[in-house]
Amino acid sequence: MSNLVEIRDLTKRYRNKAVLSNINLTLKSGHIVGLLGPNGSGKTTLIKILTGALRDFEGRVTINGEKIGPSTKALVSYLPDKSYFASWMRPIDVIKLFKDFYNDFDEEKCIDMLNRLELDEKVKIKTMSKGMIEKLQLCLVMSRNAMLYVLDEPIGGVDPAARDFILDTILTNYNENATIFMSTHLISDVERIFDTVLFLKEGEVVLHGDIDDIRAREDKSIDQLFREVFKC
Amino acid sequence: MTEQFQSNIPIYLQLVNKFKYRIVSGELEAGSKIDSVRDLAIKYEVNPNTMQRALAELEREGLVYSERTAGRYITKNKELIVKMRETIANEIIDQFIKRMESLGYSKEEAKKLFIEKIEKGAIK
Repeated sequence: MSNLVEIRDLTKRYRNKAVLSNINLTLKSGHIVGLLGPNGSGKTTLIKILTGALRDFEGRVTINGEKIGPSTKALVSYLPDKSYFASWMRPIDVIKLFKDFYNDFDEEKCIDMLNRLELDEKVKIKTMSKGMIEKLQLCLVMSRNAMLYVLDEPIGGVDPAARDFILDTILTNYNENATIFMSTHLISDVERIFDTVLFLKEGEVVLHGDIDDIRAREDKSIDQLFREVFKC
Repeated sequence: MTEQFQSNIPIYLQLVNKFKYRIVSGELEAGSKIDSVRDLAIKYEVNPNTMQRALAELEREGLVYSERTAGRYITKNKELIVKMRETIANEIIDQFIKRMESLGYSKEEAKKLFIEKIEKGAIK
């Protein structure tokens, strides 16, 4: 399989402080990758670089062989860590917006997912709970037919039952030629759906590998290992 | 969640064991077709690559075979299934003996208790 994402000697500084230093990383198609690290380790910065939101970095980053730019944005479906919907919008308005913006957006699939979640398309987003908004965002993002799904804390604000639903949605709706790159703090809840994990510590990759190989080698859960590597 | 996993043991190995139990207990019938990797991954709520690895391991052990385009099947080799059943039974007995020993019972005492229990039919 070809390399979907290639990162060579990536460094990102905010003023003089390096937030990511000298990252080298290759991701292939057909994987669900967990991006793990404590607060301030550079997860969101790395995600913003992959999605094209941050352009001033050192090093070389390509997706499907192309440098980060408008053409790679079309390949990446991004779930940011914050909601960006205007408060007057209803799900049907956002669906229209996605339809206009993205050629690969599958409206039917999105509406079907919303129905299964019993989310009303005509209710204002302003009146929705945090969990409902997160589910709506996930439906939109997973309804694109992208090569790379970048999910920044997709289960942060929802209850355990909704978490299961979201994980189920991710497993059911991603196609096997795509890769999902997902950051999270709630490792024990999601580690069963990853096949690869990546530990980020103070802007550097300290661990990257097959999750079952790591479990076998360390005789620990990924959650336990995380607690040891990042012990305060 | 439908299935529980221990998080410190590779999930693919746990899946292999779950399948073995289902095969030797007859829940999955000899020669029957099994679902696609994708459907199984969704059913067990695990990564498709992890499920793929578990099935590859079962194939390596001969408990599952694949027909080029038609999918995967449980082995028709009843002998192999019987053997696997014995292996698992032996593992359970070994565990019993080890745990009874760790509680301070001698082998004779453990045997006596075990036979008493079986004869009384105390376990449902």
